[in-house]
Amino acid sequence: SSVAQISFPHLEAFVRGGTLSSSMRRSSAASKKKSDSITSSTTDLFRSGPSKATSKEMDRIDHLFNQYANTSSNLIDPEGIEELCSNLEVPHTDIRILMLAWKMKAEKQGYFTQEEWRRGLKALRADTLSKLKKALPELEKEVRRQSNFADFYAYAFRYCLTEEKQKSIDIETICQLLDIVMGSTFRAQVDYFVEYLKIQNDYKVINMDQWMGFYRFCNEISFPEMTEYNPELAWPLVLDSFVEWISEKQA
Amino acid sequence: MMARTIDFAQGWRIMQIGITKLEKHVEGLPGNSINSEQYIKLYTTVYVMCTQKPPHDHTEKLYNKYCEVLEEYTKSTALPSLRKTYDDEYMLLRVLLERWSIHKKMVRRLSRIFHYLDRYFVYRNSLLSLEEVGLACFVDMVYNTLQRRVREAVIAIVDKEREGDDTGIDRALLENIKDIYVEIGMGNMTRYEQDLESFMLEGTASYYSRKASRWIQEYSYFDYIRKSEECVKKEKKRMSHYLYASSEPELVKKVEHELFVVYANKLLEKKHSEFREIAGGLEPITNMFKQHVEDTDGQDTAAIRKVIEVHDKYIVYVTKCLENQTIFHKSLKEAFKFFCSKAVSGSSLSAESLATICDRIIILKKWASEELSDEAIEKVVKFLAYISDDKDLFAEFYKKKLARRLLLNRDASDDHERGIITKLKQQFGGNFTYKMEGMVTDLTLSRQNQNSFDEYVASNPAAKPGIDFNVTLLTTSVWPSYKTFDVNLPSEMVKCVEIFKVFYEAKHKRRKLTWLHSLDTCHINGKFDQKPIDLIVSTHQAAVLLLFNTRDQLNYTDIQTQLNLSHEDLVWVLHSLSCAKYKILIKEPATETVSKTDVFEVNSKFTSRMSRVKIPLSHVDERKKVVEYVNNDRRYAIEASIVRIMKGKKVLGHEQLVSECVKQLSGMFKPDVKAIKTRIEELIARDYLERDKMNPNMFRYLA
Repeated sequence: SSVAQISFPHLEAFVRGGTLSSSMRRSSAASKKKSDSITSSTTDLFRSGPSKATSKEMDRIDHLFNQYANTSSNLIDPEGIEELCSNLEVPHTDIRILMLAWKMKAEKQGYFTQEEWRRGLKALRADTLSKLKKALPELEKEVRRQSNFADFYAYAFRYCLTEEKQKSIDIETICQLLDIVMGSTFRAQVDYFVEYLKIQNDYKVINMDQWMGFYRFCNEISFPEMTEYNPELAWPLVLDSFVEWISEKQA
Repeated sequence: MMARTIDFAQGWRIMQIGITKLEKHVEGLPGNSINSEQYIKLYTTVYVMCTQKPPHDHTEKLYNKYCEVLEEYTKSTALPSLRKTYDDEYMLLRVLLERWSIHKKMVRRLSRIFHYLDRYFVYRNSLLSLEEVGLACFVDMVYNTLQRRVREAVIAIVDKEREGDDTGIDRALLENIKDIYVEIGMGNMTRYEQDLESFMLEGTASYYSRKASRWIQEYSYFDYIRKSEECVKKEKKRMSHYLYASSEPELVKKVEHELFVVYANKLLEKKHSEFREIAGGLEPITNMFKQHVEDTDGQDTAAIRKVIEVHDKYIVYVTKCLENQTIFHKSLKEAFKFFCSKAVSGSSLSAESLATICDRIIILKKWASEELSDEAIEKVVKFLAYISDDKDLFAEFYKKKLARRLLLNRDASDDHERGIITKLKQQFGGNFTYKMEGMVTDLTLSRQNQNSFDEYVASNPAAKPGIDFNVTLLTTSVWPSYKTFDVNLPSEMVKCVEIFKVFYEAKHKRRKLTWLHSLDTCHINGKFDQKPIDLIVSTHQAAVLLLFNTRDQLNYTDIQTQLNLSHEDLVWVLHSLSCAKYKILIKEPATETVSKTDVFEVNSKFTSRMSRVKIPLSHVDERKKVVEYVNNDRRYAIEASIVRIMKGKKVLGHEQLVSECVKQLSGMFKPDVKAIKTRIEELIARDYLERDKMNPNMFRYLA
């Protein structure tokens, strides 16, 4: 029961202030619910009998956690994440922080629970700050592997859903998120798509299906020729309109 | 007693005499045939020669001799006569037929003499029977050398007949020729199929291939099709003479292939260009139609009548001349849609204009210059159904128009409306007309209600409305939705409303009454200087006018406070009374628009030739609202259809889903693919569907 929620904040860049603060308000209700399930899984962890070495490692991971965690909520909250980022010498809007959250399977934007922290750092074999810092380039390589990237890409979207039952994300956030997640690999596509999203009036939000559609678009369609693009197929409509817009622009 | 042994030479001499006689007879040469006595003698000779003990058993020698005799006979008779060249194909075939029948006769007779050979020798040594030897003889020596010439002759004859040259056609001859093939095959069809049928099919194909390549250039699409269909029909009849029925399917296939399949694309092109010509031929009528429709004087009924007449003409053409084929019906429909859409100044003949045309026809009770008959109504309705894709939109506009007719056109007859609705129902189904029927029924019920209300007022001294008061009760769910804008009613009307409320609520406790004053009609008696005039106005106009009963002059603000109308509505009402055709009120300043600082007074000088004047309120544009309403309905319809389909299929590809959806909804409207896509995405967002993880063009239904 002690586990409760450790978390930390970050990614303000992806999230407008309003969303962030409202997610903080909700945290108490949500955390109560979650603590039960997390307790049981923690007990299981101990029942399996960790070896001395791993338990030592775990101690160090917990120690590191406590350095950043908010003592009253037992979560690394946005402030803690910012501190962590500056210690890692990484801007808190850096894609690597999002990758770290992915590794931890962090559920709530801006917060790391102790369980998430343990999951992530254990997998990265990092129990000190310097090890964590060194692990980041490796982590980036791992995420950029084709087999992981789609999952990471989908995770990035889910991570930005801060409200209960929220299923879509506003255009502005989407544009920033696209820039961070896909900017380095599909620069041209992202630039055009962001430009399109900003001038169009049909969509105020983007949902998961459309988000994944753009990923498919980047990977399957040569750009800017787009000869393979067939609007008869089940592309989300927003991409049909996007392609139409580009074609008009090119013509 | 032992029979005397017959040696071969001796025996054969006897045989030779008989055989020569037989040959002469079969060939029809003078001399008697062998009689039965001689026959018995010959048979006995064979029998004896075969049954003598070795070395006098001449069986084998006799068998070989029999073969020799037949070969020799064929070589000397049949072959020379068939090797000759003949002037025409018939001669060759006739000679062949004759030789074949003689040959059969010869073999039959001869084999009877040698019959004893068949009984044991042939059987034991598995040799060809005597008859088979005879057949083989003919096949080897005659048939094999002649069959090419024979079938060429047959093909030439049939081709000649195809060309229409049936002089001296001998059908019986051809029928007999085809029998030869089966007889030679000993009842087996293989020879027929290989040696005749296959070549005939080839010949037929090449004949029609030649024809088609010419026709496709010479004939119009219609003529080509007509000609070709005729050919197929004739060919079926003709082939029964020279081929067996078993060959028909293959033959017809060949003919159709050459005539239709090979030129399918060319024909389609031809068809399209020619139909465009038809549409082009309609140009003058198109223009006339266009003018009529653009002319809003209600003459468009005559125009649409013309269009329908033209259509009827072409329908006859399609059904009578083009064998009623669906493909032509479709083309005709396309042509008409095309030119109907061209007709109205660039924009299409929309659901709205169709509803308007219906409205005109019904109000005027006239179909062009003729009285409107049931038959005419049916024609119009059918035609509308025919060229309109947006049936739901048409229904909505029709309802609006129907409402106006029912409420404002007092002389419209319910029976008449019902009649048309019944026709619409037959055409589009009950769902389509359900609300319209409800509307007409409301009117009937309202009249009954009015009667009992009148009785109630007459028998109840406390309830004195003071003016004639008619109420029409509309069921909310079936009528189009109307804006209710509240207005402070004049006291006279308030009283009426109150009385009716008491009356109605006593009858129907649970029902809620909402007053739609925008649909009201009021008759006001205006006492003008020259003469009194009845003014027919709306409730709002009446409310304004009645204010002047107590005051001579009112400014805008006074009116607004007393009536409690929004600025927009009030300007609209005041404009109709002071700036439009009939100036019942005089406005200060006398401008063409109403502003908040204006002052109004009654125009006591107002007069008209008529004793009754209807003061119209310009209509608000309802079009946008209707379209919006229908679009909303369509969204639900598309979603419902997608869910229905996916519920059944569970997993379905994008394209199939879209086409299935279009199919399901085609009865009401043609959903656009984008709209369907949007709905699919919406359903994904709402977790009714998901995209397949491996194939993004595949959707799964989530129960």
